Amino acid sequence: MRVLVVDDSKTMRNIVKGVLGTIGATAVEEASDGQDALSRVDAFNPDLILLDWNMPVMDGITFVKSYRGAKKTTPIIMVTTEAEKTRVIEAIQAGVNNYAVKPFTPESLSKIIETTMAKVAAKKAA
Amino acid sequence: MSMDVRHINAFLEATKAVFSSMVRMPVTFEKPELGTRKEQYDVSGVIGLSGDVVGSVIVGFTKMSAVQIASAFAGTRLEVGTADFADAIGELANMIAGGAKAKFEGQAVSIGCPSVIIAPSHQISSPSSATSICIHCNAAAGRFTIDVAIQSSTKAQASPAATASNGTKSAIPAGTPA
Repeated sequence: MRVLVVDDSKTMRNIVKGVLGTIGATAVEEASDGQDALSRVDAFNPDLILLDWNMPVMDGITFVKSYRGAKKTTPIIMVTTEAEKTRVIEAIQAGVNNYAVKPFTPESLSKIIETTMAKVAAKKAA
Repeated sequence: MSMDVRHINAFLEATKAVFSSMVRMPVTFEKPELGTRKEQYDVSGVIGLSGDVVGSVIVGFTKMSAVQIASAFAGTRLEVGTADFADAIGELANMIAGGAKAKFEGQAVSIGCPSVIIAPSHQISSPSSATSICIHCNAAAGRFTIDVAIQSSTKAQASPAATASNGTKSAIPAGTPA
């Protein structure tokens, strides 16, 4: 599994990369904001995007709208401190596949990733 | 909007959640102290609150506790003054403030970009209209403080100023709220 991790915090990117290492990610690319992610995503061709919400330059929700607007279907999981229900609904409506709230444990993030990828695989198979 | 027990509990719960899940360290709390800001820190992560609740949140450390806690969070030894150190302190403050504001039921609150202040024995002040609550926290890696100041009026703007013991002001932006 190839994963693009988008977060302006290097600490958080490293923590997420550690989790990805335990679930068999074969390649991880990092981006520090939505614009950076847009510039890398096509060349990297990820199977999954893990996306922070609040970032400088371009935030996560703007990235989602831009990416989905270009008819791209790669699964996206928002990983953010924005835990309010209105925010979750906004993100889902914009096109994210799942939502993980910070703080998280490695186990909880792994489970969300695995659940999301299983749902995507089932949808493709149907 | 003034401080009430819901706000205090929100910060206690958010701090406990961040430390148990991401620092992998239980944390205990001393009795909250109400009053004006008077604590001194060597390292502090500061985040502004705006919207229905206006104020600021400080996560303050001694130099030693900051190094220990930031390193435990990052999973690697971090040294004061490096970009990674500021990033880790800012992200900790961000998750505590973000986790707390999500528990402010019925109130639309935004958190600002975290700043990290590194200066020996600095003190951060807030406007006199702000009510401050100071919660000392204890973890295996050291003692730290959550200091929340909320304005008495939602129209007031919080802009805490930090002054180090040598009179200089210092702030290192540490990314944006996540």
